[in-house]
Parts: sequence; C-alpha cells; structure tokens
Amino acid sequence: MATFTLPKNSTISKGKHFPAPAGAKKVRPFKIYRWDPDSGENPRTDTYDIDLEACGPMVLDALIKIKNEVDSTLTFRRSCREGICGSCSMNIDGLNTLACLKPIEDVKGEVRIHPLPHMPVVKDLVPDLSQIYAQLRSVEPWLKADTPPPPDGERLQSKEERAKLDGLWECILCFCCSTACPSYWWNGDRYLGPAVLLQAYRWIADSRDEHTGERLDALEDPFKLYRCHTIMNCTRTCPKGLNPAQAIGDIKKMLAERVV
Amino acid sequence: MSIQDAREATMLGRRTDGTAVRRPLSPHLQVYDMMQMTSAISISHRATGIIWTVGAAVMVWWLVAAASGPEAFDTVQWFLGSFLGILMLMGVTAAAWFHTLAGLRHLVWDAGYGYDIPSVYKSGRMVLIGTAVLTALTWLALLISW
Repeated sequence: MATFTLPKNSTISKGKHFPAPAGAKKVRPFKIYRWDPDSGENPRTDTYDIDLEACGPMVLDALIKIKNEVDSTLTFRRSCREGICGSCSMNIDGLNTLACLKPIEDVKGEVRIHPLPHMPVVKDLVPDLSQIYAQLRSVEPWLKADTPPPPDGERLQSKEERAKLDGLWECILCFCCSTACPSYWWNGDRYLGPAVLLQAYRWIADSRDEHTGERLDALEDPFKLYRCHTIMNCTRTCPKGLNPAQAIGDIKKMLAERVV
Repeated sequence: MSIQDAREATMLGRRTDGTAVRRPLSPHLQVYDMMQMTSAISISHRATGIIWTVGAAVMVWWLVAAASGPEAFDTVQWFLGSFLGILMLMGVTAAAWFHTLAGLRHLVWDAGYGYDIPSVYKSGRMVLIGTAVLTALTWLALLISW
C-alpha cells in the first residue's frame, strides 16, 4: 500500500550547523541527512558550510572533506571515486546519482544530500540493500545452459549477438534507478524494480543462455514485472546513461510476442 | 518489536550495545524532484484519467436530466452554461486531450519505441503543446458553432 508521508520515526528535524572556517572565500552550504541508531532520535539535517576553494570538484570530494576535517561521524559508502563501483549512490539535489560523478558546480545553491529514497536507513547516507540484493538473486543472474561448453574453448557469440548485451553489462548495481521509481517505492516488496529487471533482461538477451523461456515465465507476474508503468524516472536518473525502461519494455514485448 | 514480513525485517536495526532499534525510512516524495518531465507527465496522466471519468459522470447527469423533463434539463443547462460550469467543461476538455495524447505516447512505448531520454522529453513536450492547441481548437469550434 502506498503511503505518501514518512512514518513517525522517520520525519526529519533541523540539525546542527557547522560554519565555514574564517577567511573562506567560496562558501557553499551542504545540507546532509543524518541518522544515528545510537541516539534514539529522529533523523536530522545537518548543514556544513564548505569552502569550495579548498575542496575537490565532486560532491564525493566534499563528503570526504567533511568526514576528514569537520565531522568524522558522517557515514557514507564510497570506494572507487570514478563511477565504477556503485557504492556512493545517493540522492543529491532531488535526483539519485553517484556522488563521485556529480560536480558540485552542477547544483545551484545549497547542496541537499539524502540516502537513496524509500529505503531502510542503516546510518546517515547508508541504506539497507538486503531486500534488493535478494530480488537480484531471485532472477538468477548467471549463465544457465544444459549443453556443455565446447571442450576446446568457450561458448562463442557472433558480433551481433554480443552487441545485444551493450547497455546491459555496464550496470554497476548502484540502484539509483530502482530507488527513483515511484512504483518501486509503493510496491518494492513484490515489484522487482528497474535495476533487477535490467539484470534479468541481460540474461534473457544473452545468446549463450538456454533458459530464456523459464526466465520469461518467472517474470510473467502482475507485480514482479508489470508494476512498471513507464514513468521513466529510472532512465532519467541512471548515472551510467543506461536504459532500464527500454530493457523492461523489451521483456514486455517478448512476453507479448510469444503468445501471438 | 513485531516483524510483519520480510521487508519489515530490514527495518530492524541494532544499536552499538546490541539492542534493537527501528530504522527510519529514507525520504522519497519529500526530497525527490517529481517535476521532471518523466514523473510529472506520468502522474498527470493518472490525474487527467480521473478528471475525465468525473467529466463523463457529469455527462450522464446531463443525459438523465434531459430524459427526466424540461425543468431538470434547464437546471443542468443553467449550471453548465454558467461561468463556473464552462470553466469546468474546459478543464475536462483539456484533461481528455491530455489523457488521449499521453495514452498514445504509452502505446508508442509499448510498441517498443521512444525510450531514450531525448525522445521522452520531446514526446512529453508534444503532449503538453498538443493539449493546449487541441483544447483551444475544440473550444474555438464550440464557440463558433454555438
């Protein structure tokens, strides 16, 4: 059931303010969602005034600067700082993206940072992804073939067959798309969401996979697949420029085509 | 803390001392930019569908009134001809055009075309402009033939 408001324990209160050091030239406020399980309090928004003259260009640079120099309790995930690990996905300025790929200059005024939307919060900007990982596991994202591979080498593909996987294999599972989807917000317990459906299609489209029929059977469900209403927030927000909505559309088309 | 289902279970957190704590749900509608072309047209499609349905009910009211006698029909005619009534009918016309055009856009998607973001924005703009133009033309034709 869709609940448009936040539960009582999730409403956000005003938090602390950390002013910029004296003599800072180019100050930009960063408003960051904070929640500490030990505090027993509701989430709050802390404001950190950052001197952009003394900070790297990306939002992740600012987060790391805050953690290193201002407030070491700020908690967030990050690893590669170049858009390939998918760890620092979060909601920045109203859209989900990777903090490491988002230039601070792209944001007008104060930089508002929240965890990925409509997720359980572990701490600060860290959401619990166990539900979405379980959903990914449910589409069995690995090669399934009954015939053994040729004894003298790997399973071969033509260039055309391989090209069908472009735009699918690049997904880094940051889940910006799934958590941007209102359908996933309201029905995330049963709807698989754009990220997981793109992974499902990645194996449906693979010429080496021999379980295409079973994969389509498993998705033919009013909730798992058909809660997609082509809102297109997923494709709009993907930091890797992929198109989960197209992948879902292709699955729907394959399901329609096999009955006609 | 009682746990209803699997999704509920992910709401269960632990404090540093091991005691249970209910995790907050991260903000969604409260922070997400819902005015982008993608979600804005989508929610408007639903809203205009509801408005159009209400408009159809008004038409049933008009037909029932016409069937039940001249006094009842005059009342409905008076209301629909009033400033408020005409404003409402114009709103229903706009909703009907929007819902029709956005519905066609969905048919194109279901046929497998127009999923890239530039096309999505272009077709979204076409729905908005088309709604304005067709609503104006509809009422121009109505007022001329009145």
